[in-house]
Amino acid sequence: MAQPARHSAMPSVSNNAQNHSTASDKQHPPQQIQHIANTGLRVPSNRKTIYDRHLNRSRNAELSRASFAFLFAEMVTYAQRRVTGIQDLEKRLNEQGYPLGLRLLDLLYYRTISSSTSSSLSSSSTSAAPPNRPLRILPLLHLIHGPLWRLLFNRPADALEHSVSPDTPNEYMITDNDPLVNTYISVPKEMSMLNCAAFVAGIIEGVCDGCGFEAKVTAHNQPTEMWPGRTIFLVRFGESVMEREKVLERAGIK
Amino acid sequence: MTVFSLIIINKAGGLIYQREFQPGLRKLSTNDYLVLAGTFHGVHAITRTITPKLPLATASTTATTPTSSTIPSTPGTPTPPTPASAFTFPNPGIPATGLESLETDKFRLTCFQTLTGTKFLLFTDPMMGNIDVVMKKVYELYSDYVMKNPFYQLEMPVRCEAFDRHLAGWLRGRT
Repeated sequence: MAQPARHSAMPSVSNNAQNHSTASDKQHPPQQIQHIANTGLRVPSNRKTIYDRHLNRSRNAELSRASFAFLFAEMVTYAQRRVTGIQDLEKRLNEQGYPLGLRLLDLLYYRTISSSTSSSLSSSSTSAAPPNRPLRILPLLHLIHGPLWRLLFNRPADALEHSVSPDTPNEYMITDNDPLVNTYISVPKEMSMLNCAAFVAGIIEGVCDGCGFEAKVTAHNQPTEMWPGRTIFLVRFGESVMEREKVLERAGIK
Repeated sequence: MTVFSLIIINKAGGLIYQREFQPGLRKLSTNDYLVLAGTFHGVHAITRTITPKLPLATASTTATTPTSSTIPSTPGTPTPPTPASAFTFPNPGIPATGLESLETDKFRLTCFQTLTGTKFLLFTDPMMGNIDVVMKKVYELYSDYVMKNPFYQLEMPVRCEAFDRHLAGWLRGRT
């Protein structure tokens, strides 16, 4: 009951000056609630904002694919304004995804921890420690390939590979056969290099940076006969990450 | 079950999409297709204005007048019948339709106009049934793969590779 009191106390500070002159009766509380709605802070009729809800409430909730498609189309159109080229456009999409990745990481940890503790309570015997943040590259990539992809797209990614070339040991590839963001997008021929999944690449980059792995992530088209929209996310880790990886390997930390 | 070709005409009568799925009709030049689209658009508009709209409207007004004349005698509720008749009278859900199909020995042309004014023209075998199913799917694919594509500019020619692919795939699956 503390919550409604707080909400109704807020406008009384700002609005009482004008209310005092007119208000002599006791019919005012509903009008004050109306006032909150007018001050720009949107409060639903049941006065529960999204901050009052439990984080796991929307865990299994589904979103409309069509509204996401329209929203993403608008984001692409927005990013397209005043760009100098395809690379610039991809960079902008990447930047739109990056903060999302940083924030998603916390939600992902929160959910995996809360679900694993509840499952360990039920199974009890194994005494599974809550998952730590990944320290090595491989656990990080598995986190992206599995849980992150499931959180975002409700399925794991299709493949995870390490670069075979000895020159680029810092390159890893995550493959998605049919990225959700590209479902309804057909890129014109003159921009054939463009892949709008650069937005997802930005999310991955945010997740990597949030874990303390400096990386650059780019999205590339790699169509096959079966999967015309196949996309490869190329993850390039920085020098410092590779050095630390060697140290950790010698120390035997997984 | 043969669908020969599909034409999409925009609001202004311009040809924005033309594609052949199965051979059977002779090909026209691009210019002729443009003329066909423009001419059909004009004819369609004229046939729409021919469509009589009044009978339904007069019937509804004559039907409501007796009831409205009886209701004012009862005190208190004279207002409800007037908005009700104003709503049913011009039915916005069913606009007057123009030309819907043209038929020759060798093919049938079926036209479907969306509420926003875009027209889909399907050239099919005259014996083929269930054209509205095909039409509905074409409309669905159009609204998915053309209208949700950020690179498509409204009222401009449709060049969406995903639309082509899904259309061809679906029609192939049906035959």
